[in-house]
Amino acid sequence: MTGINKDWRNDIYAVFKDLNITMVSHVPDAGHTPLINLCEKDNEIDVVTLTTEQDGVGLSCGAYAGGRKSALLMQSSGVGNCINALALPNICRIPFLTIVSMRGEWGEFIPWQVPMGLGTPKVLEAMDIKVFRADYKDEVGSTVDAAARFAFNTNRSAAVLLSQKMIGAKQFKNG
Amino acid sequence: MIDRRPFVQKILKNRKDNLRVVSGIGTSTWDIMSAGDNKGNFGFIGAMGQSIPFALGLAKSQPDLRILLFTGDGDTLMSLGSMATVANHPVNNLTIVVLDNESYVETGSQPTATAGKSDLELIAKGSGISNSYTVTNENDYEKIMNTIYVEEGPSLIVVKCQAKATPLVFPYSFDGSVSINRFMSSIKS
Ligand SMILES: Cc1ncc(C[n+]2csc(CCOP(=O)(O)OP(=O)(O)O)c2C)c(N)n1
Ligand SMILES: [Mg+2]
Repeated sequence: MTGINKDWRNDIYAVFKDLNITMVSHVPDAGHTPLINLCEKDNEIDVVTLTTEQDGVGLSCGAYAGGRKSALLMQSSGVGNCINALALPNICRIPFLTIVSMRGEWGEFIPWQVPMGLGTPKVLEAMDIKVFRADYKDEVGSTVDAAARFAFNTNRSAAVLLSQKMIGAKQFKNG
Repeated sequence: MIDRRPFVQKILKNRKDNLRVVSGIGTSTWDIMSAGDNKGNFGFIGAMGQSIPFALGLAKSQPDLRILLFTGDGDTLMSLGSMATVANHPVNNLTIVVLDNESYVETGSQPTATAGKSDLELIAKGSGISNSYTVTNENDYEKIMNTIYVEEGPSLIVVKCQAKATPLVFPYSFDGSVSINRFMSSIKS
């Protein structure tokens, strides 16, 4: 188990190290940037930048078939891109872990983020994915740890939704 | 134009121990299974578009094996961005063979974009997979074998083949968890 760091991204990173997660794929989201940077600095972690989130599902499953654990980082909009791909870990009972930074739910500025923000938990549940959620900084580490163990111990898919309340909603300024 | 079924069988005949074979949804899975049951095969029967990223993840985690993906033009077209990911996160042990029959044969042979103006070799090259080439006849067999076993990857070979339906050859199991565990047992041993 992990301690509580100043930045909760360090707690996620600590879970990756603890559980030997050595591949991290993503389409970037600002909420994940500090975690991506931590992983980039680590020679033991392969960071793969995707062109679409769905490819992270296949990548993760292939990596597991070859004996490596991985995690997919994405924002809530990316969940919509993954639906059909999620059949792969489901039918193969391959452990699959994704960490989703939520948009469109708490003080959101951009209306376009709302549809997938609202849809994200429903879509994941519709695909039989166990959904965990962290609303507060001090529960991030334990939640990611629990989700990762759920996935890798029971050979199922797990998602952690990182709430926008915790990440913070950027208010955009014109000009 | 190549007759794909015997061509795939020829490539997989006397395969070396360090080869693992993945196939994308569609005819490719029946093709590799027709070459004989082998624990070192994993065939997609769904999750269209995911075979290239899967093969990349596998190649990354098993650098000492040679990874060979057979897939269709339709499957490849569904995840074109994965070529850019392969190019920019390179693995030297991956060969992608696209059995390009310019159609979705599995669903009734509707023409794909490669029957029109699109060229998968050029898309691969433009994505950054510099070792990409197209073969149109069986004389290139030796060249392909060299790419699969020797050359530094990632490589993408477009095999132009006839758009004819071939008999289905079922895998050991349709249950993905059975298939993947069997495949993984070929890697552990
Ligand atoms: C998302 C999705 N759309 C459509 C299909 C139906 N489908 C199954 S196989 C296939 C064609 C695959 O074409 P290609 O990769 O070229 O294979 P081949 O021509 O060798 O059969 C399609 C469209 C599907 N399984 N999944
Ligand atoms: Mg085809």
